[in-house]
Amino acid sequence: MADMQDPIIRIENICKTYPGGVQAVDNVSLNVDRGEFFALLGPSGCGKTTLLRMMAGFEIPTSGTLLIDGQNMADVQPNKRPVNMVFQSYAVFPHMSVAQNVGYGLKIEGRPKREIAERVQEALDLVKLGHLGGRMPDELSGGQRQRVALARALIKRPSVLLLDEPLSALDAKLREAMQIELVRLQKTVGITFVIVTHDQDEALSMANRIAVMEQGVVKQIAGPAELYESPNCRFVADFIGKINLFDGQAKANGNGKTLVETPVLGKVEFGGDANGPVSLGVRPEKVRVSREKPGGNLLAAQGPVTDIAYYGGYSKVFVDIGAKEPVLADITNAERSTGPGFENGEKLWVSWRAEDTLVLTS
Amino acid sequence: MALLSRLRARREPIGPLDYYRKLWLRLIMAGTLIFLYGPISTLVAFSFNDSRRNIVWRGFTLKYYEKALENDELIEAFTNSLTIAFFTTIVSVILAALAAYVLWRFRFPFKAAYEGAVALPIVIPEICMGVAMMAFFARIGWPSDLPWPLSLSQITIAHIAFSFPFAAIVIRARLETFNRELGESARDLGASEARVFWDIVVPHMKPGLIAGALLSFTLSLDDFVITFFTAGPNTVTFPVKVYSMVRFSVTPEVNAASTILIGLTLVLTAIALRLQNRNNMNMQA
Repeated sequence: MADMQDPIIRIENICKTYPGGVQAVDNVSLNVDRGEFFALLGPSGCGKTTLLRMMAGFEIPTSGTLLIDGQNMADVQPNKRPVNMVFQSYAVFPHMSVAQNVGYGLKIEGRPKREIAERVQEALDLVKLGHLGGRMPDELSGGQRQRVALARALIKRPSVLLLDEPLSALDAKLREAMQIELVRLQKTVGITFVIVTHDQDEALSMANRIAVMEQGVVKQIAGPAELYESPNCRFVADFIGKINLFDGQAKANGNGKTLVETPVLGKVEFGGDANGPVSLGVRPEKVRVSREKPGGNLLAAQGPVTDIAYYGGYSKVFVDIGAKEPVLADITNAERSTGPGFENGEKLWVSWRAEDTLVLTS
Repeated sequence: MALLSRLRARREPIGPLDYYRKLWLRLIMAGTLIFLYGPISTLVAFSFNDSRRNIVWRGFTLKYYEKALENDELIEAFTNSLTIAFFTTIVSVILAALAAYVLWRFRFPFKAAYEGAVALPIVIPEICMGVAMMAFFARIGWPSDLPWPLSLSQITIAHIAFSFPFAAIVIRARLETFNRELGESARDLGASEARVFWDIVVPHMKPGLIAGALLSFTLSLDDFVITFFTAGPNTVTFPVKVYSMVRFSVTPEVNAASTILIGLTLVLTAIALRLQNRNNMNMQA
């Protein structure tokens, strides 16, 4: 038994090259801690599913090591690994009843019938399907089928539960409810969850830590808030949420300060020492919009409104200050009125605090 | 002509979707049905004809059915045919299922060539297959004086050889609809490759297995050409027997025997379709 302080999954320098030369996973190293809700996030084709399937044993790494619970998985077949998986298509066996589906793993282990029946009921109760054990899968809704897949994987009491895009086939309302429920479930059973998703909202709202991947490479691993507020590169900043980016040139002055010059915002001083081309970024909800020139120590620029989109709780206001793209500002509709009260073409000031600005060097 | 004028007398104009009221469509339907079932219904009708010859209707009788059932040679040929078809079906379906599974599950060198080789006998002319089989059995000196049912082994082997590619194609097509995540999921839950095959893949294949079995059975039951070349003097099958009877004259007895065969095939097909439907319904999930 490995030390409880050790990470449950340890991935070291894993590469996967498919025959034909496609590099799906490129030298990835990461750890997943015990009891964590870990998300692999990235656009389609970024290698996140390949990485998950390697943990399950359905893909074999070209190089690198994968340890689960301190044990090297190199020669361990998928049916012998201490992990279980919820598949994107749920993969509920169509010719078995719900109870038979959930009990399948225990049947293979050769458990006595009574134990299987008890644990199946327990697992079905856990996913709130206690009364549907006798149903056939074609009599279930998509959401119910997913719960069957969850119960079927959890009944084996794995060290890690792997979830491959578990919510992508559900409609928006159900997805939101399932997000909350998955977090509840994870807390109840105390099993480490590793989820693959392309949906940033899903990752941010559920996971303790998120690994953002692009083209086989892990760009950043951090908690949701850190990922959103302090992304380490343009890709992460742009992929997680919305961001306004301004290209500029940085010049370090040698005593811990950097002067960044951008065409639309002029010269601004930041901490750190970067040199060369950088991007300044600011999240839309941190941008303020006003008719009067704002006072105080703010980054500010003026331009005409190009678009206003109303979303109920908030509105998106686009202001063209002469950068590559109009600046996007999210305005909360805090009062009951017909919107933010600006008009298309109106000249407005956008401004934000220097400390809300991100300096992205890569 | 009466039909035509009645159609024209209709007052309501024919709507764009009233296909069934369009004359040309009715003609096509009637034409195909006559073309397909005219000869068969004549055969069935004249099996009840109270006449030695199949030309003029002389009244209803069942005596030719009695005669056919009392004809020991015919019954023997029929038994032979059913026995051959039975073993052919079992062996071809097993072979076909294995070949289809291998082709579907694995990647290996010359896979495309193997797949083509399995399907090729379908397009090879039957007469060539027949001659080849005869030459082959003669060359290896397959014994022809074995006791029943081993005496049927030559024909059975030949039937397996030409019917299993058909079954393999049907089963392969069925496997294409298999969601590979089902297999992976079973594996993930602890199943070995063999258990995945038995617990998950075979249930999915079932409709294909039934269809393949039905195909093999009917192919074997009514095969004439290949059987003719591989049959010995003591191993006459039903089609070969009918052929030799017809050489003297087409009696209603032949009609009666053929009608029984048609009836049998229809019943088997109906059963197989029912099984397949029930399976399909379970599979849609």
